[in-house]
Amino acid sequence: MKIVVASGKGGTGKSTLSANFSYVISGNRDVVLVDCDVEEPNLHLFFEEKGKESIVTLPIPVIDENKCDFCGKCGEFCQYGAITVLKDQVMVLQNLCHSCGGCLIVCPNDAISEVPKTIGVLWDAQIDSNLRLITGVLNEGEANGIEIIKTVKRLSESSPLVIYDSSPGTACPVIETVEGADFCILVTESTPFGLHDLKLAAEVVKKIGVPSGVVINRSDGSDNETEEFCRENDLEILLKIPFDREIAAIQNRGELFSVYYPDWQKQFTDLLDHIESLCGGNR
Amino acid sequence: MKKLAVISGKGGTGKTMVAGALASLAECSIAFADCDVDAANLELLLNPTVELTKPYYGLKVAEIDQDACTLCGLCEELCRFDAITFEDGRFSVNPIKCEGCAVCTLLCPSDAVVMKTRINGEIYYSKTSFGPFAHARLEPGSGTTGLLVTEVKKLIYEKAGDKELLLIDGPPGIGCPLIATVTGVDAVLIVTEPSISGLHDLKRVVTVCNKFGVDIFVVINKFDLEETVSLKIEDYCQEAGISLAGKIPFDKKVIEAIKNREPVVSQKCPSADAIKEIWIFLKKEFNLL
Ligand code: SF4
Ligand code: SF4
Repeated sequence: MKIVVASGKGGTGKSTLSANFSYVISGNRDVVLVDCDVEEPNLHLFFEEKGKESIVTLPIPVIDENKCDFCGKCGEFCQYGAITVLKDQVMVLQNLCHSCGGCLIVCPNDAISEVPKTIGVLWDAQIDSNLRLITGVLNEGEANGIEIIKTVKRLSESSPLVIYDSSPGTACPVIETVEGADFCILVTESTPFGLHDLKLAAEVVKKIGVPSGVVINRSDGSDNETEEFCRENDLEILLKIPFDREIAAIQNRGELFSVYYPDWQKQFTDLLDHIESLCGGNR
Repeated sequence: MKKLAVISGKGGTGKTMVAGALASLAECSIAFADCDVDAANLELLLNPTVELTKPYYGLKVAEIDQDACTLCGLCEELCRFDAITFEDGRFSVNPIKCEGCAVCTLLCPSDAVVMKTRINGEIYYSKTSFGPFAHARLEPGSGTTGLLVTEVKKLIYEKAGDKELLLIDGPPGIGCPLIATVTGVDAVLIVTEPSISGLHDLKRVVTVCNKFGVDIFVVINKFDLEETVSLKIEDYCQEAGISLAGKIPFDKKVIEAIKNREPVVSQKCPSADAIKEIWIFLKKEFNLL
């Protein structure tokens, strides 16, 4: 069972939900929690444990200027403008390169080879006997974290119960995270911004073909517009978490509110049961 | 034209709310751009009238001509993005995964792959009561966000380059859309919140911005929700030599204003006063009178 926690808008409480949900259900199930928000990973802050670190690399072309005759074919081919061929020099703009390997193939003089370039790291931590946390971290200044998302997902692939925390938005990192999941929890808040972005996120998830449901966070009780949208689009509201200054303060300090409010343990256990039954009684 | 991008690192810290409020405070001539293109919210506050709509073409996408394909499978084997799948006896391209690299067109021995242009969204130039505004809509599920950000900025430079100030609502995160936003601006205003994750993300986005040599200002939103962390942020800013542009208190009026789709400064409340101070600070920094 693979569940993604996503949200169009940032800061709706995605990480708070993933962390508390995973913590509670790891009470009697083996859970792997995966932080796919590689630009701003936050889950490790709740658990204060980073674990084993390994690097993630991408292959980047290097040019052997002894073999190169500056024909310009590589630069012409590259769809991202990552290679510029001058009169007597070839420049590779690493940040624009998507590591497709095309320049290697087009070069008639076999002048291009690839070297690994570090773009980030992953941390693999056993938090307690039932909970493992895998975090992907994009290095500052790197533009593209997709490879890191792929790597952390691959690591968790064989586990029976995985929770993925996605980055906000609706662009490539979100698509990469949602792909292949069994269910997607969309976290929103009852503001026009939250609703606007929920609509976009719901559309993406639907396009990818993953069933989804909604959690309204920081609900102030007047959620009519969000409820109406969900009703019209056949999205079930799975849970509402009320706005509470105390909950906000607990998570701002980097702690789990479900530790302080044990009645949430039942809510999260029920949430998992419910999602599993929606997905056809997986287990 | 001075260019200021409002960004946040961590999402949802109140970036758009601050940008919208500053928009309504500015007495100088001003233009706006929403570069948070995959969750564009500024238009909900600025109420724009669209004057010009342009299609946005992202990268091309591969398509396989089924009549020409001999089922050799080379493309599937060598596509590094796993975008080619074999199903029901045919190879096809998953447009969501295709990054448009065109390697498959090089490999295909029977020339069965063509690169097709697709429309990935729309770019708009609009009028608002505060000034001209460039914004966009990214087709949900398409990539190339960074490219679209660059297009939005290009449009506003072209159309409103004579304004004194350009205010950009930026994306969260530190990846390609953020880098495209920060490239070429004079300063960033980072809106953060007093949480451990807010501080963590602030440090990461500052590291990225420093690589671009832009001026950095920080605003702590809802600073009184956890004052111990708020103080840590102030300490960090001091150590890093970053100026604090101001602190905004938690204020129920903010959500009320957003629900009514109006800038919070149109009300009399503590958060409005704080944002007015921030505007005075920025005006001085930018020599805008
Ligand atoms: S690997 Fe692909 S993206 Fe990178 S430089 Fe070569 S052709 Fe361009
Ligand atoms: S294609 Fe090969 S020979 Fe031609 S410019 Fe590029 S590296 Fe040099």
